[in-house]
Amino acid sequence: MNRARADEEEYWHSSKFRAFTFDDEDDELSQLKESKRAVNSLRDIVDDDDDDLERVSWSGEPVGSISWSIKETASGSTSSLEGRDSSLQKGSSSYAALPKQVSSYSLSSLFKGRNKLPSFQSLSDALTDTGVKNYAPELRRPKAEYKDYSSDWSPKDTVRRMQRGKVCSLERFRSLQDKLVLLDEAVAGHDGNVITAVLIFLKRTLRREILFRELEVRQVALCHLIHFLRETGEQKLLLDLLRFLDRTEEVALSQYREHLNIQDVEKRREFLKGCIGLPFSAEDTSHIQDHYTLLERQIIIEANDRHLEMAGQSELFRKYPRKASILNMPLVTTLFYSCFYHYTEAEGTFSSPTNLKKTFKLSALQIPDKQYVLTALAARAKLRAWDDVDALLTTKNWLGYTKKKAPIGFHRVVEMLQRNNAPVQVLQEYVRLVEDVETRLNLATKYKCHDVVIETYRDLKDRIQLTAYKCKVERGSAEEEKINSILNNMQIRWKN
Amino acid sequence: MAFAGRRDAPEPPDFGILKRLARDQLVYLLEQLPGKKDLFIEADLMSPLDRIANVSILKQHDVDKLYKVETRPAPGASDQFCFLVRPRVRTMRFIADIVNADKMSGRSRKYKIIFSPQKFYACEMVLEEEGVFGDVTCDEWSFYLLPLDEDIISMELPEFFRDYFLMSHELWRDLEEESEGEGQGRKPEIGHVFLMDRDVDYVTALCSQVVYEGLVDDTFRIKCGSVDFGPDVTSSDKSIKVLLNAQDKVFSQIRNEHFSSVFGFLSQKSRNLQAQYDRRRGMDIKQMKDFVSQELKGLKQEHRLLSLHIGACESIMKKKTKQDFQETIKAEHSLLEGFDIRESTSFIEEHIDRQVSPIESLRLMCLLSITENGLVPKDYRSLKTQYLQSYGPEHLLTFHNLKRIGLLTEQAAGETLTAVESKVSKLVTDRAAGKITDAFNSLARKSNFRAISKKLGLIPRVEGEYDLKMPRDMAYVFGGAYVPLSCKIIEQVLERRGWQGLEEVVRLLNGNEFSVSDSTVEDNPTWESQRVILTVFLGGCTFSEIAALRFLGKERGCKFIFLTTAITNSARMMEAMIEARA
Repeated sequence: MNRARADEEEYWHSSKFRAFTFDDEDDELSQLKESKRAVNSLRDIVDDDDDDLERVSWSGEPVGSISWSIKETASGSTSSLEGRDSSLQKGSSSYAALPKQVSSYSLSSLFKGRNKLPSFQSLSDALTDTGVKNYAPELRRPKAEYKDYSSDWSPKDTVRRMQRGKVCSLERFRSLQDKLVLLDEAVAGHDGNVITAVLIFLKRTLRREILFRELEVRQVALCHLIHFLRETGEQKLLLDLLRFLDRTEEVALSQYREHLNIQDVEKRREFLKGCIGLPFSAEDTSHIQDHYTLLERQIIIEANDRHLEMAGQSELFRKYPRKASILNMPLVTTLFYSCFYHYTEAEGTFSSPTNLKKTFKLSALQIPDKQYVLTALAARAKLRAWDDVDALLTTKNWLGYTKKKAPIGFHRVVEMLQRNNAPVQVLQEYVRLVEDVETRLNLATKYKCHDVVIETYRDLKDRIQLTAYKCKVERGSAEEEKINSILNNMQIRWKN
Repeated sequence: MAFAGRRDAPEPPDFGILKRLARDQLVYLLEQLPGKKDLFIEADLMSPLDRIANVSILKQHDVDKLYKVETRPAPGASDQFCFLVRPRVRTMRFIADIVNADKMSGRSRKYKIIFSPQKFYACEMVLEEEGVFGDVTCDEWSFYLLPLDEDIISMELPEFFRDYFLMSHELWRDLEEESEGEGQGRKPEIGHVFLMDRDVDYVTALCSQVVYEGLVDDTFRIKCGSVDFGPDVTSSDKSIKVLLNAQDKVFSQIRNEHFSSVFGFLSQKSRNLQAQYDRRRGMDIKQMKDFVSQELKGLKQEHRLLSLHIGACESIMKKKTKQDFQETIKAEHSLLEGFDIRESTSFIEEHIDRQVSPIESLRLMCLLSITENGLVPKDYRSLKTQYLQSYGPEHLLTFHNLKRIGLLTEQAAGETLTAVESKVSKLVTDRAAGKITDAFNSLARKSNFRAISKKLGLIPRVEGEYDLKMPRDMAYVFGGAYVPLSCKIIEQVLERRGWQGLEEVVRLLNGNEFSVSDSTVEDNPTWESQRVILTVFLGGCTFSEIAALRFLGKERGCKFIFLTTAITNSARMMEAMIEARA
């Protein structure tokens, strides 16, 4: 979904480097810088023979770590660890200290002395056996232990044995009554693994209508079956179950979820078309409809633009080659794309922003046009089309007066423009519109919008700051002259 | 020694033994398949495995090549394959495919699956269905607990959160039964145990973290107690993997601090370091020799750590400034305190419209919903619509997940109740109104955050500035704005030695699952262990909570041990809920 999300963040994120402070006492960042300098100055003394440093590969994994080795295997090197290790040992003395141990201290030899596992004399022994598993798994245990000693385990004992990881035959639970008692016991044991095991057995031995009917009154077991069917991908049975339970919305969602696995766009579009009729809530139905319309539109735009790009006729596409296809992108991204490549197109064309806007009635629930203006602004600023930016931010009232209006704070507009290297003349106009005086001053100072700074100080009647600002402007410039004339203005009643 | 008042916290039990046990068991299992073998490891087992073993240990036990599960073996692979996996259906199918492909081409091999931490019957069923049951042998590596630090043990089961709270899939084994019969005749090492379900307190986990360890986790993602510091931190062209635990002398002193106190500490530390190096000047040969042999190594180590953490701070500052962290925190605090809700809502909306990170937008929406007991339908619809437009229509599924788990809900139409409530409370005396309100509350499982916050005093009222360098309470972990609910509950229960007086809170927490277990052992002051407290977080615990409880422990002279299904944070929680194209 990210039409180069990083790219997007680049447009949007502020570049403003205001230190984030938790208390305003001192400039934390400069303190940090200072510490860094101090520590760095020690570098010469501390020559970089990282002797106590973990050996780290280029990817950052410590050499010899498991993650590192796996990456090595994955990157196509088929040499065995043996070979790699020896090559490593040449280069590193720290690594050679790990010879293959054959001494009596090796862990395996410890274990080898202890593989005499108790064989069980009686049933009660077997039942109380909890210690074995704690120590070592059940591999070399006598074969006989895998078998049931008796076919008469009560449902409770069966569940207990299963909880301990023992193999138990469930075949003797043949009557529905028995099966259900077993299931209830499993649920009472709170072990998902056992509950699932019993469910697998029930699913195999009961007609689905009966299974469903019984699960309807056993919610915990039901949840486990749904989880199990999802994990094993038994979609058809899952849908049948949900339908049986009258969970129509879940049926719809479950089916809709499948579109994520369809790679081919045409097939996906067809599939989405089929989803429109599913029993969603009214609200979601319209979202699904939108999803379908969006993909349909993207397919048209994509085909056109790929053609345009290949032909090499369009200057825009030559100058700014597309980084990714527009298929499967979110609506806002699509709109951005269309404002970027198809801004001036007539409303009749499918790829024009106005057409998109009309089709989807963006943000109809909110401030109208907000999202549209915002997105268009970002796209046009990216192309440095300042006239378009200006037009987007200008509104006319019914008397024909024009006024600047932005759907977000003007400080955000300024940040966005600045990111796209807007010239000072353009920037200045919007910095002036930032409402909060302090923010305005900060931005104006940072981006060298001298006029705005000067006028703001004048309006604040702050002679000291204004005088101080004189050294920030060029000698003999118009700005300096402006400052001087303000300072000399006898009309102003300075506050300091 | 045990004077009244402030006591030193007791030492925690040594959990290193868990690592040794896990390693020994793994070695045993590998030896069950004697001779050369290739080992396939599940991706999310790699980091935990790295904490307890390394390549040379595997090699000692005849592991030849290592693969990640899901990668096909190379043609020249070994005659024996060993798979170290989580018990998942998907993985079983992968293994079955390999076995079946071998069968088709007439290649004979030995296969062993080692399940960690346990084998599921469903996995065996898949093996049976795929026709490879009997071709593979199965084992279990009961590697349940990984000590990440001297006071943190993780089960490394991040998916527990989604499976349990979203799917209600019970993975939990009967704890009591497991421990039955153990520890008889032994002095208990732990005095109290708390079990905390994550859904008791989502709010805390959703907040931006501002203690150092939490910030490092939010910014760089700590994986199994270690973090990858990239070139922007190391100011070189390589990344460094750093273990973050009590052994790191610099980190251990700043991990629990509010971020703003960290700078001062680091600069003090670097000044000291400089001074220590400066002592070289004017040393004679002998002194110099001693200096080099005794101190230099330690200083170098400290130097390395200092520059890493300074680099990390710098990188955090840069990133957070870029993300308008200050404004985000401000919005969060308003949500927690419950004022300017309108303003916060538009803040979130702008986030969405500007296509700022999808996770971040989702997190803020959830915080809004849970503090407000759900969104009013109009806001819910509009935020959802905008979210789908900005980040993709398939997030429709994400919204359903969030609704189901209760993280992002829509106030039902019937919830004009709130209007009734307020009318009623105007008419009746406070006490009676309280009762009626509660009756309404019990109609739906609501977060009741506002009421709980009031009851427990989660929002500290402070005159003037909250001094973050000298914190007065656990609220410092959120800049003095909010005491984490989960930690406050633990504090209260410890203080009251039970739930007496907290009945109201328990009800507001929808808590019929609370059980009061009376300790049969009377408080015995000579037992240090009475002051060792195990807190178990089911569904994940955050570094902020850990820091808050460590602080509480210091204040009260007790030691908290943390056992969690995984370390979590807001991003991990949101990611667990997101459904989008892989």
